Amino acid sequence: MAKPEGVVAKPGSSKKYKTGSWRTKKPVFKHDKCTDCRICVMVCPDGVIFGADKEYHADMDFCKGCGICAEECPVNDIEMVLEVR
Amino acid sequence: MKKPEIKESLLAPGHKACAGCGEALAARIIMDAAGPNTIVTAATGCLEVFSTLYPQSAWKMPWIHSLFENSSAVAAGIEVALKAMGRENEAKVIAQGGDGATADIGIGCLSGMFERGHDVLYVCYDNEAYMNTGIQRSGLTPFEASTTTSPSGEISWGNKTDKKPMPEIAAAHKIPYVATATVGYVKDLEKKVKKALSIKGPKYLQVHCPCPLGWAHDPALTIKVAKTAVQTGLIPIFEMEQGKITSVRKIAKKQPVEEYLKLQARFRHLFKKPGGEAEIKRIQQIADNNIEKYGLM
Repeated sequence: MAKPEGVVAKPGSSKKYKTGSWRTKKPVFKHDKCTDCRICVMVCPDGVIFGADKEYHADMDFCKGCGICAEECPVNDIEMVLEVR
Repeated sequence: MKKPEIKESLLAPGHKACAGCGEALAARIIMDAAGPNTIVTAATGCLEVFSTLYPQSAWKMPWIHSLFENSSAVAAGIEVALKAMGRENEAKVIAQGGDGATADIGIGCLSGMFERGHDVLYVCYDNEAYMNTGIQRSGLTPFEASTTTSPSGEISWGNKTDKKPMPEIAAAHKIPYVATATVGYVKDLEKKVKKALSIKGPKYLQVHCPCPLGWAHDPALTIKVAKTAVQTGLIPIFEMEQGKITSVRKIAKKQPVEEYLKLQARFRHLFKKPGGEAEIKRIQQIADNNIEKYGLM
């Protein structure tokens, strides 16, 4: 049998690499004025905002700290703060 | 009404797109709209590189990369193979490419795919230059944008040509569905993907994706930049069915093009160099022409 050419990778195996280390600022979900609109969930480029019932949070293993969620939140319930490690 | 539980995206996290990447957001929305029973091909470009860094893959569905120019040809082959096996109803086929792969390198294969009438949705991620290799101009780079192969300087204002009208070129092939979308309006993008996949035959979807690296804007402003592009009239959002425009996204409040240009450092020279006002007027003219042509107001 011919040897397969190219590379075959397992689906979703990119999760082995934690992009959270790239972050300089982290989103803090204040859970104060949240209206449950889920705009932050929709606009996250990495799809790492989870939660339910006005209690949302970002998965800090993967959040790159771009700040789109804080910028787009219509009630300013998300704040970007400098991360100290 | 209780909202559904948020599931992990079909484009898994851990991919290496820059923070605030518009293309990663578009790909995620498109894959989640298409669902898991989809076979995806990708041309060479940012999307391929950031999602499949050896030996990992961010895709949770069958995905294949072959060459820069043949994403559409590979997808056409997959579609024909599914038909030959009598399994064409089991999976949808999506071909993907960047603006360079679509408008420059892969336009021949893309045209062939349209001509032969394969049941494939082709998605063009339009970030307006070859970002993966270091911001070289492409056929979809806008007028006066500074890139590494169209730099602004003493004798140049940047890119000399305007965007190639790819949606019209696709529509000229008499394919059933052509649409433009933007990551600024993700619900609209989601709706268009679902609509396109419900139609038999070749489909073309062009998604405008801001690139914080190449356009040099704040990563947090990706959505704002995309929305401003639409609200100035520079990026018309419309649907074409059987070659005719059937719907357009109207501009809510028209903004001058300066509002869009000043957010990005690739247009910085227009505000610094003497004589920039005249060039901005020419860009405003492009926006005004779009508004008239597509009836955006």
